[in-house]
Amino acid sequence: MTLTMFTLNAFYGLALAMNMFIIASGLNLIFGVLRVINFAHGMFYMFGAYIVFTVTKSWGAPFFVGVLASALALGVIALVIERLLLKHLYGREHLMQLLFTFAIVLLMSDAAKMIWGTDQYSVGYPPGLGGAVSLGFVVLPQYQLFLCIVGPLIAVALWFVVDRTRWGRVVRAATQDREMLAALGVNVPMVYAAVFTAGSALAGIGGALAAPRVALVPGMDATIINECFIIVIIGGLGNLWGSFLGALAFGFVVQFGTVWAPNWQDVLPYVLMLVVLIIRPWGLLGRPEVG
Amino acid sequence: MPQSRYLIASAIVILLLALLPLSGSRYAIDLTTEVLIYALFALSLNVLIGFTGNISFGHAAYFAIGGYGCAILLTTYNWPLAASLPAAVVLAGLVAAVVGYFCVRLTQIYFAMLTLAFAMLVWGVAFKWKEVTGGDDGFTGIKMPELLTSPVAYFYFTLAMVTVGVAALWVICHSAFGLTLVAVRENSVRAGFIGIDTRRMRWAAFTVAGAFGGLAGALFGMYHRGMYIENAFWTESANVLIMVLLGGIYSFIGPIIGAAVLHLLQTFTNQYTPYWPTVLGLILLVIVMVLPDGLIGLVSRVRARWGRA
Repeated sequence: MTLTMFTLNAFYGLALAMNMFIIASGLNLIFGVLRVINFAHGMFYMFGAYIVFTVTKSWGAPFFVGVLASALALGVIALVIERLLLKHLYGREHLMQLLFTFAIVLLMSDAAKMIWGTDQYSVGYPPGLGGAVSLGFVVLPQYQLFLCIVGPLIAVALWFVVDRTRWGRVVRAATQDREMLAALGVNVPMVYAAVFTAGSALAGIGGALAAPRVALVPGMDATIINECFIIVIIGGLGNLWGSFLGALAFGFVVQFGTVWAPNWQDVLPYVLMLVVLIIRPWGLLGRPEVG
Repeated sequence: MPQSRYLIASAIVILLLALLPLSGSRYAIDLTTEVLIYALFALSLNVLIGFTGNISFGHAAYFAIGGYGCAILLTTYNWPLAASLPAAVVLAGLVAAVVGYFCVRLTQIYFAMLTLAFAMLVWGVAFKWKEVTGGDDGFTGIKMPELLTSPVAYFYFTLAMVTVGVAALWVICHSAFGLTLVAVRENSVRAGFIGIDTRRMRWAAFTVAGAFGGLAGALFGMYHRGMYIENAFWTESANVLIMVLLGGIYSFIGPIIGAAVLHLLQTFTNQYTPYWPTVLGLILLVIVMVLPDGLIGLVSRVRARWGRA
């Protein structure tokens, strides 16, 4: 493998990692606070991608309006789901919550079939990001470069909000002791609703940003949700930088796996998760579970 | 405990099932064969879920190993059924023992995710090891013994095998071992205090679940004359999990009921509408929102309400 090829693959791996991080960070945030494993997250991602398609192709709006629309739409959908149904399940076992989100997956997958049919769609690169940048020995596509910038930006923004603001302090407190937080006068259900909304909006954004990279087909949610689980689990459930690290590991394993072991690329991420879980059962940056 | 009553009830059910071919309906025979196989599959998973409280997200792996194992031994290696079926069950159990060794070190969601990872690995092997498994074309053309080629004969064979499997699981679940598992589920710390090696118990349960899942898979493969990679995919694991939960995890027969209801419902729904996922989604919502202990739980609540024990 020449230096050019290596750089190009590493770069594509990084772009994939950043796109995946944006999606997985939402899943991770929701798990960290609500302790809910949201199976519907992949579906939210798929809706995000489809919404960008509709907004840009059918309505002729610019790509970034589509991204915004996806974020908003998914936020609203998530808020409705949370307020109507999910909020009744917080006290229940993990299993019930997980089944609940699986039910949402099934309902939304049929809804998507009714709205968009089963055809395959594609979304073009946004104008101004469809070109390439030359570094002399290698030429990098602009859109992937753009992803490599947005990913870390979102990571830092999330870190800042959760670790450095008052609102973030409330969110972190909610992960520690819900009852004590409520006793201090914080409206905990609202915190939960806000986190679920924000996390789902991230799935929408991630899906919207993935739309130019991938084919829009029914079933694209199923692959993504497993990959997000892998990323979040590798990094350690609930840990933001863990997810970032997990996404990087995932991106590189998939990209270089495609080159070196093209037959096994679908399985390699699972092997990665296996190895990590056997060596560090709670993920790279996770802490052992209590109780 | 009126155990004789259960015994009589099961005998009647088995007898009624055995009379089914008299109806002469090929459709009824095929559907019942499928239900029997899924019932055993769901029941095997419940050894893990109901009795140890560990949720496996990769139970389809053992189903697939049993199915592929039996199919390959019968067809590629020309083994007789009497050898390949037990061998497939043992193989599924062995793989479950290896996987379980790693999985039982974890609990809850990490446990579930590790089982999923292993299952996807099995799926990947079935997908990519084309020479042996047939890859994504599936493994077709299973050589069946002459005796079992007719649907009625296979129905009786399945009925016999499932009866043996269910009986074996009943004995296992109601033995001292099964009660120990319940103790581990209810409070693993206290179970540890009274000298139970909790991890080892969960490991044993994992292996048992895998072996019986393998038996169900072997029956399934022979029934369809083929195994396909979808049978190892995680959606299959989710499906069997839903069967178990629909029936109810805290009773022995719950998963059997769940498997029957879900499979029949799916078959009938598919005749009228392509929107089975919506129906299943609504069923799940009902389970989660109002029926957390499944259909069996509903029945006992209704009975309690009307003053009957």
